[in-house]
Amino acid sequence: MSSKPTVRYLTYSVSVGFFFALILIPPILGILLKWNEVGQIFENPSLQSRALAAVYASFGIALFVSLIDIVAGLPLAWFIARGKSRWLNALDTLVDIPFILPTVALGYSLLLFWSKPEGVSSLFGPSLISQGWLLVILLHFVFSYPIIVRVMVGALLDYQMVYEEASRTLGAPPFTADRTVTLSILKPSLVSSFILAFARSISETGATLMVAGTFENGPVFIAHARAENLGEAPLVFVSFVLIAVSFMIFAIITALGPRLKLSSKKVWPLFERRLSGSNVAISKNTITIVIFFLVVLLPSLFVALPAVYAISNGTISQALSGTGIWQGYWQSLILSYFVGAVATLLNTLIGLPMAVLIARKRAGALPSTALDVLVNVPLIVPSIALGASMRFFWSNFAFVPEIVLLVFAHISITYPYFVRAMASAVERITMDLEEASRILGARPFSLFRTIILPLTKYSLFAGALIVFTRSVDETGATVAVLSKESMLKTVPVLLVGWVNPGGTPTATASEIGLGIGFLVILSFAVLLVMRLTVRGKERRY
Amino acid sequence: MPEVKVENVSKKFGKGKIVAVDNVSLQINNKEYFSLLGPSGCGKTTLLRLIAGLIQPDEGNIYIDRKLVNNVPPEDRGIGFVFQTYALFPHMDVWDNVTYGPRVKAWDTQQSNKIGREMLEMVRLYERSKAFPQELSGGMMQRVAVARALSAGAKLLLLDEPLGALDAKIRLELRYDIRKLVKDLELTAIHVTHDQSEAMAISDRIAVMRKGRVLQVGTPQELYMNPKEIFIANFVGESNFLEGYVGSVNDVGAVLELRGKLRVKVADKNKSLGERVVLAVRPEAFDVEKGRRKVENAMSGQIERVRFEGTDIRYEVRLENEDMVVVTRPTLAGEWFDVSEKVTVSFPPDKSFVFTYPSKGLREELVAE
Repeated sequence: MSSKPTVRYLTYSVSVGFFFALILIPPILGILLKWNEVGQIFENPSLQSRALAAVYASFGIALFVSLIDIVAGLPLAWFIARGKSRWLNALDTLVDIPFILPTVALGYSLLLFWSKPEGVSSLFGPSLISQGWLLVILLHFVFSYPIIVRVMVGALLDYQMVYEEASRTLGAPPFTADRTVTLSILKPSLVSSFILAFARSISETGATLMVAGTFENGPVFIAHARAENLGEAPLVFVSFVLIAVSFMIFAIITALGPRLKLSSKKVWPLFERRLSGSNVAISKNTITIVIFFLVVLLPSLFVALPAVYAISNGTISQALSGTGIWQGYWQSLILSYFVGAVATLLNTLIGLPMAVLIARKRAGALPSTALDVLVNVPLIVPSIALGASMRFFWSNFAFVPEIVLLVFAHISITYPYFVRAMASAVERITMDLEEASRILGARPFSLFRTIILPLTKYSLFAGALIVFTRSVDETGATVAVLSKESMLKTVPVLLVGWVNPGGTPTATASEIGLGIGFLVILSFAVLLVMRLTVRGKERRY
Repeated sequence: MPEVKVENVSKKFGKGKIVAVDNVSLQINNKEYFSLLGPSGCGKTTLLRLIAGLIQPDEGNIYIDRKLVNNVPPEDRGIGFVFQTYALFPHMDVWDNVTYGPRVKAWDTQQSNKIGREMLEMVRLYERSKAFPQELSGGMMQRVAVARALSAGAKLLLLDEPLGALDAKIRLELRYDIRKLVKDLELTAIHVTHDQSEAMAISDRIAVMRKGRVLQVGTPQELYMNPKEIFIANFVGESNFLEGYVGSVNDVGAVLELRGKLRVKVADKNKSLGERVVLAVRPEAFDVEKGRRKVENAMSGQIERVRFEGTDIRYEVRLENEDMVVVTRPTLAGEWFDVSEKVTVSFPPDKSFVFTYPSKGLREELVAE
């Protein structure tokens, strides 16, 4: 990055060093350090079967949800990318809402919508869908749906229509052309969106806790075991299995993905011609949009209702005066935003050199590819396991203040998002531009400042935004990395406490709604400020 | 047998602001090799895509084989289409690309295999059946694209700048290959190109397009020998343009008065006395001689620049009336001249064209965009 080779090597090595020391090793080594306690699980048959059931549930739900996401999300992505109406822009923005909403807000919103008397349940009696596996599936579907749509809209916009046109002129009706040509060419994006949705489902903790009831998947089981004082064994065991199996699944997908053939040889002309008809397309689009509004958007936004109610019943004046439970709320909010800001800043500093290193293969072909794979590891570690593992690790080696531990956990969880976004942005800049800049006299650092940074600033913005939102939103790792007696409570942790999934809520519905409402409004405000900042910079270039 | 008729077809883009194709009518005969020639942005590719059914016309009708096809999707039009970038499916090998048409039409396997083999042998690439597109050279990809376009039995072949992405030498070779193939298989071909020498070399007839309109349709000879518009005189071949007035008209032609009272005879007798005109003379129509000569249509001047172009030598001659003309002479015929040499250039009256002076000015009329 800098002009002097020594400075450059130093920057890269520090970046790689931080990655191993802070992000990659603690979450994995921490668990292995406690491996000797795992025996307790096998001595207790009922605990063992509970743990195994939770693991199966985690994988079952992740697999099912990711597949359903693709089936339901792909048609919407298609509709958005290919449609011509300008309303599609609005639809495109709506898709992001469940993604920008903190997952605890999402969890509570779904809970209200599907199973509390305030929601659709009022039409059907006590509870349409009570807390349990079905609600967990709905929740995971909702929060991973935008990932699939976002990735696939991008892929479809980049896709060269000429392949589809070629297929049509060769006699293929639209459905056949889409299936045998377009989908096959977009397969890498399909695979990577599947992996993202799968990983997110495996590791999400906070919102799942809210809607799970007595149902347990991996992270919920870990949280319950912690609450029941069952020791570290459940955590070590479940985390280890989740990490190991996820890693295997991703390794298999990465290795076999390129060889996986979406059948393009078999064609059923009459049937596919019927599927290409405009009636089928209209009903497909209608179903897609109905599903989006009824299953994804409406339940996600339902939390606004108690928030609005809170304005009329006076809860808002209590909140603003900071009395009662609100004192803790505001402290938590400040803590959340502080940790989020620090995590974003640090990730940018240590992630940028790593992204360049990976994208430009500066460390040599093989080590760069290895780094590329390793960077993703924190994605597949269940966040609660990651937090706990970090606590074990650091307590073994050094005294680290809790607030620093908290920041470490948040950096680790958000790091892959930032590096992935930046690396692919740098990859998109052709080497020609870099070479032209070098030939015109730019030294490596000014090359970075004048070419790479301006051309990737949207990805930088997007990466920073994801880091910040994920951090403010994080629950699982936050609970686990801190001791049970800790005074530090981020907003999502506090809100889960208010909802108190196992027992009766410790706050009223208006208070919870308003607490979530503030968080959501602030998230949008941060988004807006960051957007405006980037625009300001754009004008200067 | 495929003949194509385009009737008053228009196509607009960008909410109607850009008129890509403007009320075009054309008739393309069965087994004809027909070219759409024009500068980039003239609407030729849009017209081809309209014929293929990849886009729909805003107005007008398109007939293939005397059937109205406005509402027929591309897959049912019985066409083969060769794209400029070839659009070979990157996830399929050569064989799967070439047999894709028969496969999606669910022809029986034996027949598909037979056709695939025939087509690949025809383009001399059967040995490369197992190769993927990225492993082929540009010329090979182009041949696979043609084989693929024809494998589903199309009798109408549409080619969108099929040679545009190739090296100069291969481009020259392949253009005769394509024409031979079209003629051997008795196909109708519509070929889009911006390269006038390519269009002249392979076409039976050419439609010259500009700004969405068809300016003239004719054989290469007709377009070269008798261009109907100033733009064509310059775009098909090359021309010098000299401004002037019609001085007199008689039975065999007219006398034009150019700048500096220079008088020349032309064979065109359809212009009226006193009319403001533009005289067009092709560089190769000029004769050049040393010194000041008394010949028909003599114009004296001085050589200002000489460019050696291999087959031809190109002279820029500043006439005494300050007009500049470009003259080309075959390198191996006649004498060579040097810079600042005084010469006389002349042209036969029947080797020139006279156009009414364009209302928007000469420069505007020649712009290719």
